[in-house]
Amino acid sequence: MTSPLQQKFKVNGPVVVTANRTTDGIVIYRTANGWSAKIEDAAVAMTSTVALALLKDAHADSVYAIGSYVAPVEISESKEIVPGNLREKIRQAGPTFELPVSG
Amino acid sequence: MYVYDEFDRTFVKERVNDFRGQVKRRLAGELTEDEFKPLRLMNGVYLQLHAYMLRIAIPYGTLSSKQLRMLGHVARKYDKGYGHFTTRQNIQFNWIKLEELPDAMADLASVGMHGLQTSGNCIRNITTDHFAAVAPDEIEDPRVWGEIIRQWSTLHPEFTFLPRKFKIAISAAKADRAAIRVHDIGLRLYENEAGEHGFEVMVGGGLGRTPFLGKTIREFLPKRDLLSYLEAVLRVYNQFGRRDNIYKARIKILVHEIGAEAFSKEVEAEWAQIKSGPLALDTITVADIVSRFQYPAYEALKDETEALESAKRDKQFETWYENSVAPHNQPGYAVVTVSLKPEGAPPGDATAEQMEKIAGLADRFSFGEIRVSHVQNLVLPHVAQRDLPELWRSLDALGVATPNVNLISDIISCPGLDYCSLANARSIPIAQGLTRRFRDLEKQRDLGPIHINIDGCINSCGHHHIGNIGILGVEKNGEEVYQIKLGGRSDSKAQLGELLGPAVPAGEIIDVVENIIDVYVELRKNPHERFVNVVHRVGLEPFKERIYAAH
Ligand code: SF4
Repeated sequence: MTSPLQQKFKVNGPVVVTANRTTDGIVIYRTANGWSAKIEDAAVAMTSTVALALLKDAHADSVYAIGSYVAPVEISESKEIVPGNLREKIRQAGPTFELPVSG
Repeated sequence: MYVYDEFDRTFVKERVNDFRGQVKRRLAGELTEDEFKPLRLMNGVYLQLHAYMLRIAIPYGTLSSKQLRMLGHVARKYDKGYGHFTTRQNIQFNWIKLEELPDAMADLASVGMHGLQTSGNCIRNITTDHFAAVAPDEIEDPRVWGEIIRQWSTLHPEFTFLPRKFKIAISAAKADRAAIRVHDIGLRLYENEAGEHGFEVMVGGGLGRTPFLGKTIREFLPKRDLLSYLEAVLRVYNQFGRRDNIYKARIKILVHEIGAEAFSKEVEAEWAQIKSGPLALDTITVADIVSRFQYPAYEALKDETEALESAKRDKQFETWYENSVAPHNQPGYAVVTVSLKPEGAPPGDATAEQMEKIAGLADRFSFGEIRVSHVQNLVLPHVAQRDLPELWRSLDALGVATPNVNLISDIISCPGLDYCSLANARSIPIAQGLTRRFRDLEKQRDLGPIHINIDGCINSCGHHHIGNIGILGVEKNGEEVYQIKLGGRSDSKAQLGELLGPAVPAGEIIDVVENIIDVYVELRKNPHERFVNVVHRVGLEPFKERIYAAH
């Protein structure tokens, strides 16, 4: 398998780097100098060079994070970062229905 | 119920200890994810969208009340208070933290449970009829043979690296409740004309991208030859099965490519050499395994016709009784299906409280035993008929007495895009929408048995190919759309469904299913003609016309 770092990718719009946290599996986003569980903290890349640099940093931290990859986001009118597709929305916000509640 | 021996118990405990060490090294950075991944998968630990998922095997779908209570405890302590029963008679926990996994596994190991053989290219957890040992139409307990296979296959040196995963299902009843034709190997235990018990062996069934029904390669296999014959099948597969292409690696592709007859010849040739070797089963080995199954000490009861008749004056009880209670092979007893499909809920989910309380009810009313069905419901297999009214009230209070077993809202659904990292589209919300649309139970009963199966990708964990109505979510230009198949069935007349036509958008799928049902109601000859039979009688045309004419 080619390493994700060797994969060519095109960036057509804002992207972030996301992964799962090793200790508990929760979704995390690469920030300018580390990780955050909040998408609003994510470092947004507009070019493939910047995205690749973020991804490289992410991969270098493979103890903390699993399976880093580049994911699309959208920047809302109020300048909020929101996930760019349904899969990423679900990763960020959880299942799209109410979870069963135990008594 | 099967009681593990000392070897198994020690083995499971050692594996938990190994895993504890591996997790520690992973968290300390001494193991990379690439090194750790196969180790966690071996223990049933996957990484899903939101968290790690832990899959726990429930061999033959049989649970003790102690085990179910422990599953409730794990759901409460390590997860978000619920678990998900799957079509493979397993349970999955969706929110487990890696750092807590070894503790969760140690708790599970204390009741003999684990996630071994729930992943990887090995012989997986063997599945069988959830009515095993209680169904009146069964000739003997198929789980005994499942256990014989499990002991032979667990860590079999030749078979830990098969070309691909391998699933075996066994049924010993007239009605196939274990979907044996869609497994890599399906075994049907029956009595031949000479009065001997043996197996019909079907090979090469499976769903996924290229669905096939299993083909019979041996009409009758004497019981003593079960292991040697299976060994021969696995050897042929191991030798000829493709390892170069993951999509062509399952045994179904091999059987399809060389043909069932040629495959059978290869197996027979291999078998001839090992048939009388050490794998031939002697009666002592079999008796030893049988002795480790505990059967309830049933009371000598008579069928409770009068008491039940008077209880049935309560219409709600009567409805539940007619729908969810099946006959038992002992007089005075009954088999109760516990529906995990209440209106609007994710199919197969049970909360910690439900698990704990159902465990309590099993202690009071079912000799401490519970079954998990591949339809994602639970079963209380040994209920005295006199206890049915009281049991019903308790189940109803827990929200698990919806009288919809085998009806249109008894939907099988995979977790789909809400949880699964392989998914293309969501499945649970479709199931929820359908159970809401068809909430009227009287209408459901009028429609008769209809099986809907929903998948979020072509891997087909939710068996959409064999649903009477099969729904497959796909992604098209970033939108969820759904393909529909009609006419599939998983019973003894197993058949794959046929594609109705182009996929329909998420927003229309509920209406489309309702239209399909309307066509059925218009075309059935009488209220007893089942949905799937109408589809086979009239073909897809009338359905296509209704669904696509407007487009
Ligand atoms: S069918 Fe696909 S989406 Fe559904 S659980 Fe299986 S792999 Fe995941």
